[in-house]
Order: sequence, then C-alpha cells, then structure tokens
Amino acid sequence: MAIKLGAEMVLEALRKEGVEVIFGYPGGAVLPIYDALYDSGLRHILARHEQGAVHMADGFARASGRVGVALVTSGPGATNTVTGLATAYMDSIPVVVLTGQVPTSLIGNDAFQEADTVGITRPVTKHNYLVKSVKDLPRILKEAFYIASSGRPGPVVVDLPKDVVSSEAEFEYPETIALRSYRPTVCGHVGQVRKALEMLFAAKAPVVFVGGGVILSNAADRLTQFARQLGVPVTMSLMGLGGFPGSDPLSLGMLGMHGTYQANMAIQNSDLIFAVGPRFDDRVTGKLETFAPKAKIVHIDVDPTSISKSIRVDIPIVGDARAVMGQFLEELERNEPPKEYFDHLEHWRGRIENWKALHALDYDRNGSRIRSQHVIETLYNLTGGDAVVATDVGQHQMWVAQFFKFGKPRTLLTSGGLGTMGFGFPAALGAKIARPNETVIAISGDGSIQMNIQELMTAVQYGIDVKVVILNNSFLGMVRQWQELFYRSRYASSCMAMVPDFVKLAEAYGAKGFSSAVPEDVVPILKEALVHKGPVLVEFRVAEEDNVYPMVPPGGSIGDMLLV
Amino acid sequence: MGAANGHNKTPRRILSILVNNEFGVLSRISGLFSGRGFNIESLCVAETLDPEVSNMTIATSGDEQIIEQIIKHLRKLIPVIKVTDLTELAYVSREMVLVKVHAEGDARAEAMRLSEIFRGRIVDAAQKSLTIEVTGDDDKIQAFLDLIRPLGVKEIARTGKIAMARAQKG
Ligand SMILES: Cc1ncc(C[n+]2csc(CCOP(=O)(O)OP(=O)(O)O)c2C)c(N)n1
Repeated sequence: MAIKLGAEMVLEALRKEGVEVIFGYPGGAVLPIYDALYDSGLRHILARHEQGAVHMADGFARASGRVGVALVTSGPGATNTVTGLATAYMDSIPVVVLTGQVPTSLIGNDAFQEADTVGITRPVTKHNYLVKSVKDLPRILKEAFYIASSGRPGPVVVDLPKDVVSSEAEFEYPETIALRSYRPTVCGHVGQVRKALEMLFAAKAPVVFVGGGVILSNAADRLTQFARQLGVPVTMSLMGLGGFPGSDPLSLGMLGMHGTYQANMAIQNSDLIFAVGPRFDDRVTGKLETFAPKAKIVHIDVDPTSISKSIRVDIPIVGDARAVMGQFLEELERNEPPKEYFDHLEHWRGRIENWKALHALDYDRNGSRIRSQHVIETLYNLTGGDAVVATDVGQHQMWVAQFFKFGKPRTLLTSGGLGTMGFGFPAALGAKIARPNETVIAISGDGSIQMNIQELMTAVQYGIDVKVVILNNSFLGMVRQWQELFYRSRYASSCMAMVPDFVKLAEAYGAKGFSSAVPEDVVPILKEALVHKGPVLVEFRVAEEDNVYPMVPPGGSIGDMLLV
Repeated sequence: MGAANGHNKTPRRILSILVNNEFGVLSRISGLFSGRGFNIESLCVAETLDPEVSNMTIATSGDEQIIEQIIKHLRKLIPVIKVTDLTELAYVSREMVLVKVHAEGDARAEAMRLSEIFRGRIVDAAQKSLTIEVTGDDDKIQAFLDLIRPLGVKEIARTGKIAMARAQKG
C-alpha cells in the first residue's frame, strides 16, 4: 500500500475509473487537486463557466454512455454547477462533480468562499458526499462512480475540503463496493415477463412506447428487434428518440404535447401500451384522466418510483431495460403469438397509416422566409442522419424532435426533464470530445445560445469542431407561441429585439461565422459549415411568428391537438 | 395497539426506517418529505444495537398511492437500508408526554389523581404547578391530555412516536 496525498488519490481514482478527460474551472479550494493535475497526464478542458463545465461532462456522458467528470472550486464554483446538476438529475445522466470546499476546521464559519454544497445539491443529485477524512476518500470515490452509473443513473457530488485533499494516507482503491443499502435490480421478474408477453399476444392495437431508459441502458438494439419481430408500432418520448430508428415504417415519431398526430392517436386508441423506460412525464401524458383510456399498461423501469407514479400500471416490471428486453427476446424464442395476432396487427397498422396520411408533419416550402423546419430537414439530409445533435430549449428543440429522424441511440442530446436553455452548446462540446470522429451539431435559438455563448472560447482554444446552428426568430419563440395562443398575443418580454452580430461574434472568438435570411442559402451555407475544419457559428434569420404543431394545449387530452 | 384511526381524514401510517448512521442522513429523509410535498407528523431517531445503524420512526399520512410513493422514494435513498410500514403489521407504539399543569388547591389533587389513573409520574413539583410524565399509545395520551387540559396546562413536550412490530406468536 502506498502513502498518497488526497489530491493524488482523486486523480488515481479517476484513472482507475477509466476517466480520460475532466471539464473544470480552478479556484482556491481546489488548488491542491489542480497542482496534482499539472503533470498527471489527465486531460483537462478549461470551461469558461462552471455551468458550461457540467453540461460538457453531461454531454460527454450522454454521447458515450460513460461517466462525465467535472471539477470546480468551493462557494461560487459549486453554486454555479447547480443548474448543470439539476439538468443531469432530471434526465438520469451519470456525472460525477468534484467540488472544492473550505478546510474542515472552517466549515460552518461562513469562511471565504464557503457554501453548504451538500445541502444545496442534495435535491438535485442522486447522492452526494462531504469527505471529512482523507481515509474515506478512496471508498467514497469508488462509491460515487458506482452510484452515478448503476441502477437509474444520475449525478453525484463529492465535496472535498482543502485540508482533506492536502493530507496523506494509505491508498488502496477498493475493488468492490460494500453498500448494503443500495442494490439496484437488474433482471425482471420472470412471471411478469411471461404475463406481459401473453397480454401483448392478446392485444389488437398495441404500441411500444420508448423512453430515455432504453438509451441509458443501451437497450435500443434489443428493443428494435423485439418490435420488428412482433410488428408493433413504436412511439418515443423526447428522451427516447434514437431508441428505435425514426425512419423505420413502424416508427410513429414522438408522442405528447408536440407529438405527431399518428403517435397521439395511436396511444389514445391503443389497447396495450408496452412502455420501456419512460416516466410518463406530464408533457407526454397530457391530462392524466384521459390518457390512453382503453389501454392496459406494461411498464418496464429500473426505478420503482417511476412505476405507477402518475399512470396506473397493469404489469410493472422492475429491471434494467437491456436485461429485461433480453428476457423478452428469449421468451420469444420459445413462444409465438397466435396467428390472429398478426391479422390484428396488420389491421391496426392500417389504421395508423390513415392517421399518418391525414396529418403528416409538414410546412410550407415555398415562402420567402427561411423555415426552421427546412434547416433541420436539410441538416438531416446533408448528414444522412449520421450526426450527434444537441439542442437547446424551445421551438427549435421540438422541430428537431419532429424533423430529424434519429436512427441511433445517443445521437440526440437534449434537456428533456429540466428544459435548460444554455444546455445544448456545451453539451455538444462534451459530445465531440467523446466522439471526435463524428459530426456534432448544436441547434439553438437566439435566446438559448446567449446563455452559454462564452463556451465558444473553449471550443476555439481546444479546437473542438462543433457546428452551431442558431435559428434566430427574434423571439423567445416558445414563450411567444404560448403568449399568442393563451395570452391573446400580448408578447410580454418575449421579443429578443436585439441580438449580437453573430458573424462578428464568431470572428471575435476566432471561429467561423455565417448568416443569412434567404431560403436559397440554407443548403450551400450548411454544406460549407459541415466541411469547414473547426468550430462554426451559423445564424439563420427565420420566419418570426412560426408555431410548433401539432400542439396539445397544457392540461388537455393528448387526443385533442391543435393542428394548423 | 397503535391507533390506526388518528385525527386526520387520511389514514395515519407509521414507518420504521433503518438507515446508515451517517452524516446528513436526517436531512436527506426530511428533505425527501418536504421536497415532494409529503407530510411528517412526528419523527424519532436513535441508534440501534448496531451503532452504525439508526432507526427512525416516522408518522405520516396519505392515501394508498402516496404512502406507496413515500416508501419507494425512501428505499431509493442510498443510506436507507430497510423501510417497514408497521401499519400493515401488528405493532406496538409508544409516546411520552411531559405536561406542566397549573396545580393549586383542588386542582393539585385532581392533577395527582389523573397522573395516578394514567400511571404517570410526577417529575417536578412547584408551589403552583406540577409536571407529569405519561407514556402510552395514541389513545391513552389523547385521553390524558383531554382530561388534564381543563386544569390549565402551561406547557407540553412530546417525544413523538416510537414503534416496533410485535413478535411472531408461537
Ligand atoms: C434557463 C431557462 N430560462 C427560461 C426558460 C423558459 N423558456 C422555455 S423556451 C424559452 C424560449 C427559448 O427561446 P430560443 O432559445 O430563442 O428558442 P425558440 O423557442 O425561439 O426556438 C424560454 C425562455 C427555460 N426553459 N430555461
């Protein structure tokens, strides 16, 4: 056993966990860790704001499936991570955030740059630790990574007082975890799996509903095989996009508030919803009493608190989506649906085709203004869908969900649960670091992009080749849409009357900028942006008062959509 | 037996929770209740035989679905080892109350008599007041308080409920 400094233990633990890159920002309380980092060989990306650093770690995690790591100082450094933590928490993203803390002797004294980090972050983390003795450090770091990445993943904060990381102790990184109070379930109950399959075989109008759990547990391939083998139509929540190929004939696209007509109609007319890893969020269900009135519900989720939280479930199956879908596939090898099942399904898919034909997603392609939908569709066509796309929050986010047909898991990075403006661009930077050989695009709005624009400097400094596409509608578009529809078009403070000259801004940071308001420019500019080496900022000045449809008014039933 | 028929419209539940006896665990549990809008009526914590483990007794209320959610969320907290809904089992529960009651003239004799009936103890005596300690289940404590109150209660302190499942018979 070797004697090590606390700060060195931290870095050694990161290496043992396979971490290659840390996103961070230094300060007094973490100087011992930064000093150890100086000649450690670990890669450190200096963000320009701690919120940016956490979103980068989050984007890294979403794109790679590995734990993202951020390192910040005490006090303001730690409080700046709160939005990033809450974003990761709501979407169940495995992130470990290491925060500096004042020395243990000063804790509680209102010391300079002291904040009760564990108290502040408790409701927005899966778990958090204040390390009070260097002897506990190896165990706590091991637990932090395990808790962040197992079960329903989530962010974990480890608060590190300066004296703890500055003192020495024997270091042995534990091989195993001994947490008697935390043992996530992996496999589903065999009896429940059989019952669910029988129920599906007896269904006449089933729908598979894919949630974020399918992406998080890497279950997309198994789920896709299952749905195709049984010919069941598939709909996805925002977080589930990419969990089943969007271009597959069985795909209904997204459901919910801005879901497709066919997805919402299918849910409302379904007799069985086979839900894998969603949490039946209110943006999906609309009015609870009228959601899927005729359907029985099978719900697979690793987190028992998600089951029967808002929607009553007929067959709950607690387990990891990948493991449980494996069980279903095995069961399918022994069991076949009755012949009439396939007849029913053919009829059911026919009804769905009619809904598709009735109100397909569309927009006017002949106007004189650029339409956001057109930009997104063009990006899809130019990349062949082969790109990682991060979004911010608002109308552009919904249009991305509607018009970019995500084919693979971990290709859409979006703040679904918290709806954090300012998430997309730093998340894209983290994703590009995780997947350097892929095209990474951040699609944003003129409002959202200004919330973390400072990370453009990070992108340029490290040569992180991300393409930012700003759909500038001169409004906080989604807010304006709600004001138009529900507040008699009284556009209180939703007009972004002034935005910077984005081309000059890009150039000031040392990036490449493009801007246009002409529909004919969309294809050539995007082509050029995609082949340009290095970070690019593209601004399209798009139609101002465009709305996202279909829309289920808040509190309404998802069968009642505004369609124009 | 504990009183299942409390004074609330929704049924009262008693949860017994084993937790790792570590820094901040109480705030995790109370934060879970406040953050999700669940209600705590009383809460008691103390070490168990194993000094690394504490037992918490929480009295709460809510319909079936809320209690189920509370229990699932408690189980999800990392330091929580075990959650038992004692209300589902046969259990004994006790609470202790200290009452400082006005006790001059006739009232003094009456207070002492009530203390005796409820098998209480007089733990402090002054010229104008007595402090009585009474232990019991919900019904007993409530009955005692109802009777002593007309004498003029100056101060009350209650421990909150502790509870334990009954041993299996046979
Ligand atoms: C941090 C944060 N603040 C406020 C909001 C509320 N909000 C939701 S959408 C939106 C408008 C976003 O505008 P923009 O980024 O321009 O996108 P658009 O809707 O125009 O596509 C706002 C303000 C939010 N989601 N996040």
